[in-house]
Amino acid sequence: MITKNETKESTYYESIIKQGYSRRDFMKFVTYISAYLGLENSMVGQVAKALETSYRVPVIWEHFQECTCCSESFIRSDHPIVADIILDKISLDYTLTLMAASGHQAEAAKKATMDKHKGAYILCVEGSVPIGDDGNYCCIGGRSAKDILLEAAEGAKAIICWGSCASNGCVQAAYPNPTGATPIHKIIKNKPIVRVPGCPPIGEVMAGVIVHLVAFGKLPELDRIGRPKAFYSKRVHDTCYRRSYYDAGLFVESFDDENAKKGYCLYRVGCKGPMTYNACGTIKWNNGVSYPIQSGHGCFGCSEENFWDNGPLYERLTGLHGFGIESSADTIGKVAAGVVAGGLAAHAVAANISKKKELKESISRGKENEKALDS
Amino acid sequence: METINYKRVYVWELPVRIFHWINAISITVLAVTGFIIANPPALLSSAEASDSFWLGTVRFIHFMTAYIFFFNLILRIYWSFVGNQFASWRSFFPFSRKSWRNFLHVLKVDILLRHKKHPEITDLSVGHNSVAGLSYFILFLLALVQIFTGFGLYSDMSDWWLPDLFDWVVPLFGSDFMVRKIHHISTWLFILFVLIHLYLVFYHDWLDGRGEVSSMFGGYKFVVGQRVKQKKTEPEQENTKETS
Repeated sequence: MITKNETKESTYYESIIKQGYSRRDFMKFVTYISAYLGLENSMVGQVAKALETSYRVPVIWEHFQECTCCSESFIRSDHPIVADIILDKISLDYTLTLMAASGHQAEAAKKATMDKHKGAYILCVEGSVPIGDDGNYCCIGGRSAKDILLEAAEGAKAIICWGSCASNGCVQAAYPNPTGATPIHKIIKNKPIVRVPGCPPIGEVMAGVIVHLVAFGKLPELDRIGRPKAFYSKRVHDTCYRRSYYDAGLFVESFDDENAKKGYCLYRVGCKGPMTYNACGTIKWNNGVSYPIQSGHGCFGCSEENFWDNGPLYERLTGLHGFGIESSADTIGKVAAGVVAGGLAAHAVAANISKKKELKESISRGKENEKALDS
Repeated sequence: METINYKRVYVWELPVRIFHWINAISITVLAVTGFIIANPPALLSSAEASDSFWLGTVRFIHFMTAYIFFFNLILRIYWSFVGNQFASWRSFFPFSRKSWRNFLHVLKVDILLRHKKHPEITDLSVGHNSVAGLSYFILFLLALVQIFTGFGLYSDMSDWWLPDLFDWVVPLFGSDFMVRKIHHISTWLFILFVLIHLYLVFYHDWLDGRGEVSSMFGGYKFVVGQRVKQKKTEPEQENTKETS
């Protein structure tokens, strides 16, 4: 990490050049990140200008109940400038995983940033906050995650929730959620919050959100639940290259069959792409090499709320809680329909017995009339 | 033994009958295509994707039928304000004192199969009985659930303003997973309704002998003759009956 004095004086562009990148590299980065953000070509100049002239935005990156896969994803983002500049050199004042300082020094650095840039710094949160048992399940430096979050959020300009943990609770919040893992937006209500779900989110998506903030000084356009529209407005299914197999009804039946080899649709082996909003189908992973479906495994919806609790990963079942582990809506529906049909049959028999007298009367009346038919 | 004298009463007007059958057919089509979409059978294994579109067609039928189901319901709501007394929205809210009495009667005599000591001529409803009316109101709520969740899931695939009116549904429940789950479970509730509904139609046709089944085709039910005369003397009765 570069010390604060150095970074404070230079703009993003200056730091990038100082880092040994050429102007050409810089422009390539700007073009590419603008494309990811879904901006027009004509906006590239604006982004470049913004990075040339704006000074660092201080960032505090908190790690709570998480696995650090978000950070991992971020530093493996496609373009080296993302990792080098955004993460290492420029912005981060505090991040447990990557900072050089540790212990009281680190906490002091964070405190200094919070005091100095009150109302101006960006708070990035990775991980959910356990609120069960007074928050004792996740403590850093002797303080609970909730305490730390509330303090850091107080002076933040905006909060970015990295990953499904901070956005939705993710696996820790899966039933029965023993630690009371809670996503950030349920704790902090009075700050603008960007949710960047995914386990982890795509590195380019994370970089895109930060660059947007830096370049335009405001949050990217968000959808109704706070996700950047540029990356989360489409289902994985709608951008999937195997979509034509879905529409044609050509499915993989098991992972080792001929159809899997042919690259058919993975819907029947549990792909949750049709219910998952993410940019995997377009941006892909690991420098655009592949993404789960391309590698032959269905999407399991890691960027969706409660993906862990919504039925088995490898089957098309609608899971239901409270009816046993193996139950699905269809099993219960079939049983219910059977019970109702049985009940109705029993009722039919009982009705004929109970209303015997009336029935007899009307039947004999009818027969009498039949015999009395004239003409 | 004297034969009971019945009179033909026009109960279900043409728009009501048309609604009923369009509704019945679209619910059937929606349920069948819905289950296929939820878990499509693997019919093909070696075909070129470019040549076939069968699941796409099933989905198209599902969405098209959904629109029919939706507009059909809207027309029925309109008709519940301009139609006859049996089509009126009032018959779906059986909460008046008189309706409650009928409710208890149906529970006792038709559901629990008990016998009334002093049967009255007005025990048998001409239109829906109170229990049926309430069950259709519940079905209406279920239809709303299906419309909101269905169009909610659909809205992202559409540019039209109508489905886009429902684009708040998925965010409200947090994810497609949840909305899809509700949509799927409600389908089963429709199936349970249809089972019970069909049984009771046959039950009434068999036991009451008033043309319960055919009434939804021709529109007429048979009502005990003396009742028609009796009712005619009541001043507030609307002139909605035809006799023959």
